[in-house]
Amino acid sequence: MNPAFSVIVFTTLSGTGFGLWFWLALRIALGDRAEWFDGIGWALGLIVGGVLVAIGVIASLWHLGKPMRVWRAFSQWRSSWMSREGVFAIASMGVAAAAVLVQSSFLELPNEPIVMRALSALLAPLSLAAIASTAMIYGSLKTIPAWRHRLVVPVYLLFALLGGGLLFGPFASTTLDLPRAVGAGVLAGAIALAAMKWRYWRAIEDGALPLSRGDAVGLPSREVSVFERPHTEANYLNREMGFVVARKHARKLRMIALVLFALVPALCALPMLLLPQGGPAALYWGAALSFQLGALVERWLFFAEAKHVVTLYY
Amino acid sequence: MTDLPPPSKKKLGLVIDLDTCVGCHACAVSCKQWNAGGIAGPLTDEQPYGKDPSGVWFNRVHSYEVAATSACASTGSIAAEAAQPAMALPALTLYFPRSCLHCETPACVTVCPTGASYKRAEDGIVLVDEDKCIGCKLCSWACPYGAREYSAVEGVMKKCTLCVDRIYNEQLPEADRQPACVQACPTRARHFGDLGDPESEVSKLVAERNGVALMPELGYNPVNRYLPPRPRRAGGDDVPASQEETLDAAKLPPLLRWLDKVLSR
Repeated sequence: MNPAFSVIVFTTLSGTGFGLWFWLALRIALGDRAEWFDGIGWALGLIVGGVLVAIGVIASLWHLGKPMRVWRAFSQWRSSWMSREGVFAIASMGVAAAAVLVQSSFLELPNEPIVMRALSALLAPLSLAAIASTAMIYGSLKTIPAWRHRLVVPVYLLFALLGGGLLFGPFASTTLDLPRAVGAGVLAGAIALAAMKWRYWRAIEDGALPLSRGDAVGLPSREVSVFERPHTEANYLNREMGFVVARKHARKLRMIALVLFALVPALCALPMLLLPQGGPAALYWGAALSFQLGALVERWLFFAEAKHVVTLYY
Repeated sequence: MTDLPPPSKKKLGLVIDLDTCVGCHACAVSCKQWNAGGIAGPLTDEQPYGKDPSGVWFNRVHSYEVAATSACASTGSIAAEAAQPAMALPALTLYFPRSCLHCETPACVTVCPTGASYKRAEDGIVLVDEDKCIGCKLCSWACPYGAREYSAVEGVMKKCTLCVDRIYNEQLPEADRQPACVQACPTRARHFGDLGDPESEVSKLVAERNGVALMPELGYNPVNRYLPPRPRRAGGDDVPASQEETLDAAKLPPLLRWLDKVLSR
């Protein structure tokens, strides 16, 4: 599949934003009242998450032929995962915006902490649902066998949760929340993610489609080879579904991705885990940056390595 | 609504005879001509006279080489054995027109976030409402048959309409109320009709010729059927290559017997 830059940016950045929202919301809903619960701290986290989600959403609009009609995409949630993704994304953006309003001093609500906890209790599952819907857009396509792998959805979720968790780290540590737990979570997440991606890459290694060209033309028992293409020039199908660059450099790119999204964050997690103060803040930012770059490479491979059944005809 | 309608009784579709298709591309050209001005038009070409012309086609005719099979080759599948007589089949050139199969359970419809893609409840035709399409391209990803092509110029998805603006068009003479591709085919390799009706001409043709659905294992239940090439004799195997010619002079008429005798001296 053609790795469209807009879709890669969308899935990685908005995933991280939703992941950050998930952890922040979980912390607000269930945790103790932190020192600057009312201050700019948590609101800033929600805004950072919102900026990431918004960049992703704007990038995804870039992918559309008619972005002005995007409002129509919220209508078919009964059958379409893309529509569900839109609904969950808009719903969580609305809840997050409400939470920021409540947190900021514009509104003086009498029982602000309770309202905050209630909104957060909504935001956490909505964010998770948005990430899972994105993954299911790909996971539900029978035409791209590699994406039907059972690890596709868990990997998307874990990427978002780990990416968001790395950004959550600084907020958690400045409010003297559990740097150790964050460090342990990052370490475990990075190891789990590396293992899952490794298994996924092993599973799609041979790149073979479960169907043959004979199946595609209705002669399943015959051996069929291309004699002549329908047109002398490439078409939309060749450009969109028949991407071949990735296979050549897959091995190197996988290693680069693994180092960036798993090894570097895991190493950064060690001082968070072992040092009493949780290590310098630069560690968190470094880990988060490296993770995002790794996620970009991983997502590029996710698209570029996936083979579409229609390529059988060509 | 991109929810699928309940299965329609009427299932309009095409039956394409791979035995008689000669790969002339008339269907593809005629389709392009009609639909460029029909409800799905324009079918934009980019740089049509430039260096890298490209454009939207609803119909593309592929050419393949099908390898010969040996008589004893076993495919291991009972169904395949039944469909293919256990005889040696020679290699053949296969012309394969590819277009939308108007599936009964099309994923291209259910993945659509806007409701622009839909399957008509009355006759099963799968269409795109280009006024609602946002150009997300997901439907083209969901189609294993490559039936949908995106037009970057209009920013919307395009696909075969089964010439819905022809087949019901009362302005046209009755004989012309057929998809453009069917009308254009010079070898009558394309047939249009109701595949939901077992008594229709197309259904009888499918039954008679063991018509197949493409990649049924994917579960989209295509309506269109392809008629596989009739088995051809494998040349060389059953005809003796070179044989000593024998002539029984005793059986010849008298004049020829005499001629044979004279010439044999």
